[in-house]
This record gives sequence, C-alpha cells and structure tokens, in this order.
Amino acid sequence: MREFSPEQLERYSRHILLQDVGVEGQEKLLDASVLIVGAGGLGCPVAMYLAAAGVGRIGIVDGDIVDLSNLQRQIAHFTKDVDVPKVESAREKMLAINPDLDIRTYQLNLMADNIQEIIRGYDFVIDGTDNFPTKFLVNDACVMENIPFSHGGILRFDGQTTTVVPHESACYRCSFRKPPPPDAVPTCSQAGVLGAIAGMLGTIQAAEALKFITGTGTLLTNTLLTFNAKNMDFKKIKLRKQSDCPLCGDNPSITELVDAEQAVCELKG
Amino acid sequence: MRIKINGEAEDIEAEKLTVIDLLRLKNVESPEMVSVQLNGDIIERQDYETTGISADDELDFLYFMGGGSL
Repeated sequence: MREFSPEQLERYSRHILLQDVGVEGQEKLLDASVLIVGAGGLGCPVAMYLAAAGVGRIGIVDGDIVDLSNLQRQIAHFTKDVDVPKVESAREKMLAINPDLDIRTYQLNLMADNIQEIIRGYDFVIDGTDNFPTKFLVNDACVMENIPFSHGGILRFDGQTTTVVPHESACYRCSFRKPPPPDAVPTCSQAGVLGAIAGMLGTIQAAEALKFITGTGTLLTNTLLTFNAKNMDFKKIKLRKQSDCPLCGDNPSITELVDAEQAVCELKG
Repeated sequence: MRIKINGEAEDIEAEKLTVIDLLRLKNVESPEMVSVQLNGDIIERQDYETTGISADDELDFLYFMGGGSL
C-alpha cells in the first residue's frame, strides 16, 4: 500500500473523508491515467478537476493555440495565454493546482492514424472535442481499444453526455450511427454557447471519470443525460447497446478507423 | 393518438404518422441533426419517411451536439 505524505493526507483529506472513496480510492486516483481530448470548453474544467483530484497521469490533446474568443468559457486559459498552445496553457494550470502530477501534452489533432497509439495505456478518455468526425473517431478508437470514455457535447444552452464502457454498454454509434452531413451542422460562430454550460457539462464528465476510477456509484452508461440551462431542465434518456450497431453490434461494418470529412469551424467569427 | 416523446406523454392529432411527419410536427428544424429512437430501436436516417408511428409508441429524439473545444 502507498504511503501518503502528511501533505497528501491534507491535500486529499476531503476525498479520504468520503466513505465511498477513502484512502483506497485516493490511491486508485493517484495510480490512474486519463486522456482529455480537447483543451477547450469541456476539456478545461475536466483538466482542472482531475488535477485537483490527484489523477496521477493526465494526457491532454489539442492542436490549437489560445484565442481571445476562447476565454469566455475555456477557464484554464487566461488573458496572458492568448497565442500560447492550449495544451501548454492547460498543463501550466494543472501543475499550479497540483505539482505532483505527470502531465503529458499532445499538440496535434487526433486522426485515424495516430489516435490508437495515443489513447492506448490510458484508463479512461474524456471526449471534449468540437466536431463530429473527431467524436466518432474517439468513440471508434475507444471501442476498438476497449477503453471506457465520456462523451460530451454542448450547443447554445444545451448539453449532453453519456459514458461508454465498450462492449458492455451502448457506444456513441449505437445511438448516433454516423456524423450528420457537414452542411447541416450549425457553425460555431452561428450557434454560440453560454459560457457556464461548458463548466456544467465538463464537471459532470470529470465526476464520471472519478467515479469510474474509484468504482463509486452508477455511471451514466446506457443513459443520455441532457440538460437545457434556460429552464435548468435535466433529463435522462435510456439508451441501449444495439445489436445492429455498425461498430459494436453483431455484424460490424466498421472494422478500421477512417478520417471523415471535417466541417471546419471558424475560429474567429 | 397518444405517444411518448422523450419520456413525456403527448396527444397527436393524426391517425397515420411517419417519423418525418412527427419531426416536422414538432418543429425539428433539421431532421439530420437528430437521431430517433423508437421503442428502444434506432431508426436509420434514410428510413424516417417510411417508418410509421402507432399509438403508445415511445420515441426519443437524440440531438447531435458537437461543440466542446472551440
């Protein structure tokens, strides 16, 4: 068993006090690894809460640099970070919260030919991406590599999330099948998003990661949690693992990863 | 007929109805941005116009939500 230093006992005391987490759960967190895909609206709060919780190894992937228009919701990036790679900005904040962590940064975009080697070796993946091709790619790679993950999406005043345990629960493709046609997708500059929505959803995703690692409670598997922040209406929709899923069903038609056509979002709108 | 949409009972003034009719009736702007679950099964997008809805069916509209990073 790991020896906790007095500083660690104090730092993690509110976890250790929790009956469902305790010393044992904290030990699991320190030994765990999570990959965060996207250091944006969702990835930022996830990164900060996982760092604070003492998740021992945190990987973060994002090819972009910080833009002034990101700061309205991407809370790990500060005004001084404009033009800095997002992964570097996020890494600095995570280490400022908790210097003991092993943070790995990947300043790149996930593609069919690099995703598997990056996600391999992580216990859990957070999808905080901004586009459907990458969301489907993360789903497909996680199912193929058998790594549980949390899907998240936000738009305007709405958010949705589900947790996928591959081959046990519904995957993203079970319910959503294939990316919508790019011309049907509202562009980021058209649609907009209320800043705090990113925090609402990101912290739910972070909580799912902590629950998965510590084995606490019931995950959002086979469930699409959706909310509308205008009236703070939260709903759970039951999903099920579909036998005709093109990825994890009985006769899968998707057996290898491919890059789908990407709708390009304008960064500065 | 009475059906359930996203867990809530609704009375629809129609005797015959397809998935696409219902999406239009419920003012879903872009049917391509929603995945439809009918009594737990996912309806393929190309079958929206031919899949009928009957009384007591339970439907879920699952919206594609893509944002997150930008």
